[in-house]
Amino acid sequence: MDNSEYSKRKYHQMVDRVSPRSNILVNSFKAFCSGGAICAFGQALSNFFVTQGATKENAGIFASVSLIFITILLTGLGVFSKIGKHCGAGTFVPITGFANAMASPAIEYKSEGLVLGMAAKMFTVAGPVIVYGTLTSILVGLVYYFVK
Amino acid sequence: MGKHVGEQSIKYDKPPQIIATATVVGPKEGEGPLARYFDKILPDVKIDSDTWESAESGLAKQGVELAVAKAGLNLADIQYIFAGDLLNQGIGSTYGIRSLERPYFGLFAACSTIGEAMTLGGAFVDGGFAERIVVAVSSHFCAAEKTFRFPLGMGNQRTPTSSWTVTGDGAYVIQQHDASKQSPAIVGSTAGKIVDFGIKDLTNMGAAMAPAAADTIIRHFEDFNTRPSDYDMIITGDLGHYGYELLKKLLADKGFDITGNSTDCGIEIFDKEQQDTHAGGSGPACSAITLAAYFLPKLQRGEIKRVLFVPTGALMNATSAAQGETIPCIAHAVVIESGVREKH
Amino acid sequence: MDYIKAFVIGGLICVLGQILLDKTNITSSRILVLFVVAGCVLGGFGLYEKFVEFAGAGATVPLPGFGNLLAKGTMKEVDEMGLLGVLSGGFKSMAGGVSAAILFSFVAGVVFSPKEK
Repeated sequence: MDNSEYSKRKYHQMVDRVSPRSNILVNSFKAFCSGGAICAFGQALSNFFVTQGATKENAGIFASVSLIFITILLTGLGVFSKIGKHCGAGTFVPITGFANAMASPAIEYKSEGLVLGMAAKMFTVAGPVIVYGTLTSILVGLVYYFVK
Repeated sequence: MGKHVGEQSIKYDKPPQIIATATVVGPKEGEGPLARYFDKILPDVKIDSDTWESAESGLAKQGVELAVAKAGLNLADIQYIFAGDLLNQGIGSTYGIRSLERPYFGLFAACSTIGEAMTLGGAFVDGGFAERIVVAVSSHFCAAEKTFRFPLGMGNQRTPTSSWTVTGDGAYVIQQHDASKQSPAIVGSTAGKIVDFGIKDLTNMGAAMAPAAADTIIRHFEDFNTRPSDYDMIITGDLGHYGYELLKKLLADKGFDITGNSTDCGIEIFDKEQQDTHAGGSGPACSAITLAAYFLPKLQRGEIKRVLFVPTGALMNATSAAQGETIPCIAHAVVIESGVREKH
Repeated sequence: MDYIKAFVIGGLICVLGQILLDKTNITSSRILVLFVVAGCVLGGFGLYEKFVEFAGAGATVPLPGFGNLLAKGTMKEVDEMGLLGVLSGGFKSMAGGVSAAILFSFVAGVVFSPKEK
């Protein structure tokens, strides 16, 4: 095969032509419906906890914890991956994605031990979210401290 | 003894014969279009194991044992085992073959390992260093997902170009040429070079591997002075639907038309629409079981006389991918001829 | 009305994630990081809170809401404790959600075994 940069470039164009892309309209529609439904459900949970006497802020936390619980239960039962396959960003952008990203490696890597398997791998996706979230919050806090 | 021909090829003097094969597959493969050709379809992917890795080892062990039994032999009759898989340091094969207590060569050429094993094993047998050997490869969907992609419970989407790793094991008993037997024989092979066209997309392996397949196939035609029409079938490994399209275009650019007499094992093994496998099957077992279960019996019966088998492999790992490296690929070509002689 | 707002706004944030996923080479893990950082920055400017007032769970359930929570918690902590709050605020505000996720994931890890897709 001709190994020149030119033929590689030409090949990449050929790959782009032949390889089908994800159907972004269908995927976006599914993400909108599923993500919207999860958020509306979160709102319902939140409203419910307010009627039970929680403050608005705490009700939000209770709602998140409930969504996390449901997600992790469905992950354990092997159902979440089947839903997520269709919903895409609809299930991974809400807090459900964060919870799934912690539970699925915990289950998968149990076989490699409770410490370096399950506990360590629990943070493969969640860890970066926490690290960069925390770093950004420190930055925000610093700016706020000096500017306010 | 065989001889070196052209630049990258071997022509076997007394072509080693494939006297028996075994195909052990998972339930999904057992629901596919080739279901009725497989020797053994397992009821679940766990295979009496606690982990995916040991499940794959279970496949590797069953495959070798079944192939030897089908040849009417004992393990003691097998002088060497050449085997490989996708897991880190080849533990799929190693742990499966451990208890068989036979001399073992562990190979890695990703999904083209069966081609590498046939070439090296064939040379061993033709050279008189062994009378009888087994070549075998395995792969397991769940173990491969865990090694290369995400934990199985992760709710991620698969892109249209992604492939589905075949769960299975393909094992072949290869023995010294015996003119009185009509078994299909390995008459030549062309070893591939590492070809890297700069593809980085791990969900489009077919595109990464197609240039390697084209490179080896063109070299094969030159080394043996043959054309596509000299083969009843040209069978690539696991390029899948889109990689196979790319291969045909690459070859057409060089003046070779393989449209009428070629296929890809990744296309044959699953029903794309029914089984939601996107670009098709992949993994070392994909080509090994498709050849053994579907094409070799045709050669055995003399329905086809000569095939060019070109399994393809992507040689990256999770670390190289994380470091942003491109995907180097390889393809090994093997010519297999029917032992059935035409009557004159 | 609450529900419609939550549905539409939450859905739109997910669509943004889907477009990034399908149109760019950004992996899903990186999108999650990006969303949390974006939510935290917007929260720092006090912009995300207005969004939360309008859309409720539609803004708090998606990951940028998590980032906003971090920013809000940190600023509150700075008000109360001064400079030390810069360090303690973020972790305090996410403690509930993350601890719950750790607990449930641990239990799931112990109870369940991996299943084929």
